[in-house]
Amino acid sequence: MSTGFFNEFWISKMMIWRGIYTCLFVSFSAILIGTLLGIVVGLFLTYGNFFTKFLARAYTDIIRGIPILVLILTFYFVLSVIHINLSAMQAGITSLSIFCSAHVAEMLRGGLQNVPKGQIEAAKAVGLGFLQTFFFVSLPQALRQILPTWTNTAVEIVKGSTLVSMIGVVEITLVMQQIIGRNFLTMQFYALAGLIYFLIGFSIERTGKFVEKKVAIK
Amino acid sequence: MGYHLDYAVIWRSLHDLFYGLGLDLYMALFSVAMGSLIGLVVAFALVSKRKLFRVVSGVYVTVIRNIPLMIIILFIYFGLPDAGFTFGEIPSFIFALTIYAGAYLAEVFRGGILAIHKGIGEAGMAVGMSGFQIIVFIKIPILIRSVMPALSNNYISLFKDASVAAVIAVPELTFQTRKINLETFRTIEAWSTASVLYVASCFLIAFLLRQVERRVAIPK
Repeated sequence: MSTGFFNEFWISKMMIWRGIYTCLFVSFSAILIGTLLGIVVGLFLTYGNFFTKFLARAYTDIIRGIPILVLILTFYFVLSVIHINLSAMQAGITSLSIFCSAHVAEMLRGGLQNVPKGQIEAAKAVGLGFLQTFFFVSLPQALRQILPTWTNTAVEIVKGSTLVSMIGVVEITLVMQQIIGRNFLTMQFYALAGLIYFLIGFSIERTGKFVEKKVAIK
Repeated sequence: MGYHLDYAVIWRSLHDLFYGLGLDLYMALFSVAMGSLIGLVVAFALVSKRKLFRVVSGVYVTVIRNIPLMIIILFIYFGLPDAGFTFGEIPSFIFALTIYAGAYLAEVFRGGILAIHKGIGEAGMAVGMSGFQIIVFIKIPILIRSVMPALSNNYISLFKDASVAAVIAVPELTFQTRKINLETFRTIEAWSTASVLYVASCFLIAFLLRQVERRVAIPK
């Protein structure tokens, strides 16, 4: 029998803490790997030749057409069939990274293509090579432009990380389900989960806004 | 590797898969329609002159946008019965997705309202329309036409979010696929079919919405 919300919360504080840690670990690994992978795919999408551009386009369009939950379940079940044995957490991080990479690739392409042509020409005029133009002219502007969208994607990944509870990764959602299974305080503990996710998402959003202001061109 | 592709099982359960896809579309359509209405109202509250409206709608949008859909669903489906509100699986999912959609679409509409030229509302005032009439007959039509591209992106991602209904055992596509996977162990076949069905439906929806966008686009 349950002994009141605060008592139950106190008893399970370590479980919840570990759940938060797992959630943050999964999300941040996925955001990091996904962003790096997404930058590579985004470069192919923008500067690739016909063949690589086509491959990158197919990759982003297909991944963006599949729900996160299906990606997670697919990676978890299918990879083990073809003898790539990943733990549930690794499978979860992989699928979230791939989801993230498709979104980052698409926004990077948009950002790079929005850099005014005159600037590229100006860079050429002062004698910058392709790489120099990219690193000193296009990329800084593109990054500044995609920052708000990127922050949104980061929040989406944290929210998407709830779905890895479906393959048995003990993050916040699954921890709450375990706690509720013991004390039946359903509303209270799901509300607590909502509060925790809100705090994580809200701080990412605020940090993003802060950085946006810092890097904005005055 | 000892694994031979065999799509016969999928072929036999194709009916279940399409039923699941239909259920996804049905739930998404219902929630998106109601979510759009909520989104419109909330968007006008977000830019309202009254502080109370702005605060309440701002809290709704910020809170819901930062809470995962899965938590909202679990709360509504498992939590609310404790408070005496019991819904079936499908109604509670539609309820959850509607609330979720409302917050996302409100943001989209808000951007559109801010982009409407001020003179247009003043013109409405000049011909003697009330504030309500200006909103309904002038601002909303312009708004919907101008935010259509952003709206269709959100519609597609809300359709994909319908897959989360599998967590409360709504027999939609993801749930059916997992069932086939666990019953027959035709893992690759099941998940590849589901992925193809999702990608194809997303493309189809995107295509249809693009036709609508072209129709309603404001001529330059």
